[in-house]
Amino acid sequence: MRYIEPHAHMVSRVTDDYVHLATAGCQAVCEPAFWAGFDRSSPAGFFDYFRQLTEHEPKRAAKYGLAHFCWLCLNPKESEDVKLAEEVLALIPPFLARPGVLGIGEIGLNKNSRNELKVLERHVDLAARHDQLILVHTPHLEDKLKGTRLTLDVLRADARIRPERVIIDHVEEHTVKLVLDRGHWAGLTLYPVSKCTPARAIDILDVCGPERLWMNSACDWGESLPLAVPHTALEMRRRGWTPEQIDQVIFQNPLQFLRQCPKFKLAS
Amino acid sequence: MTREQILDLYFLEARGKLIELAAFLDRVDRAPGRDDFRLTALRDALRLLGGNQPDRAKNVLTAFSDPTAEPIPAATTKSACGAWPGAAAGGG
Repeated sequence: MRYIEPHAHMVSRVTDDYVHLATAGCQAVCEPAFWAGFDRSSPAGFFDYFRQLTEHEPKRAAKYGLAHFCWLCLNPKESEDVKLAEEVLALIPPFLARPGVLGIGEIGLNKNSRNELKVLERHVDLAARHDQLILVHTPHLEDKLKGTRLTLDVLRADARIRPERVIIDHVEEHTVKLVLDRGHWAGLTLYPVSKCTPARAIDILDVCGPERLWMNSACDWGESLPLAVPHTALEMRRRGWTPEQIDQVIFQNPLQFLRQCPKFKLAS
Repeated sequence: MTREQILDLYFLEARGKLIELAAFLDRVDRAPGRDDFRLTALRDALRLLGGNQPDRAKNVLTAFSDPTAEPIPAATTKSACGAWPGAAAGGG
């Protein structure tokens, strides 16, 4: 089995997790910029984080034969402070040329506030000005449906944004069609309690079809399972999916989206 | 997969989750204090499981969701609690 982990916060994980990913058939891991679990106190904290994502983490992954890519942004959990957000956004352009940077992400909304929306619009503008792919985080639990609608409106309002170059992550049964109907890609996040279980993710694939959908673990410093994608592949096999159908969802689909960025290349 | 195959694969898991939910509601009943909007939302959502309507998962998720359309003035917390507290609580 081969697969791509398109969303994992490896800076929060131990090295053993790289061993497990590589052993399970992972070919590449992609890491969106994320909240540290506490608010960073200055733009300098973000500068160091972007260096960690673009310099240190790829070396850590390479020790286990894994390609490491990343996305850059200020996470929506920290975008209530618009002044800080503007200073952090100004740091990003020089990093965009670095070899493993795929685009702007994971941007989006958290509590659906006015400032979060303002900062989301600025991230979308940054991506459009630099012709970058976009990875969108959608809010948690009761905030997801409204946040997804607000995000879709922001993306539609910017004529420079091509829907097929945007993946909207953490969709569930009540948001997946909203996203696909706008022409975007959608990500199914496999979490033990919140978001999707493997069984529900496969239900969504059964109902919506496998086109423009990927699955990810979104493993971070919280309760999450780095091997959620291969575990779900096993569940797909139990549900009668063929190896070719599984490969389509866990390898070919993320490859199709990610290689819209010319820097996304796998070892042959 | 046939209906029988789905039942073979998932019935025991679903049965277990239902009993966990029943035990949770018993636990809440035994505890002193008052209900809040989360329990009300859970009881409302449970009603959606009773009939033969399709899209139960979508409907349950929607029932827990903030139904408003306008952004809130400011985020005063980072976390979500799983149910919409209502406009009066500043949730939307």
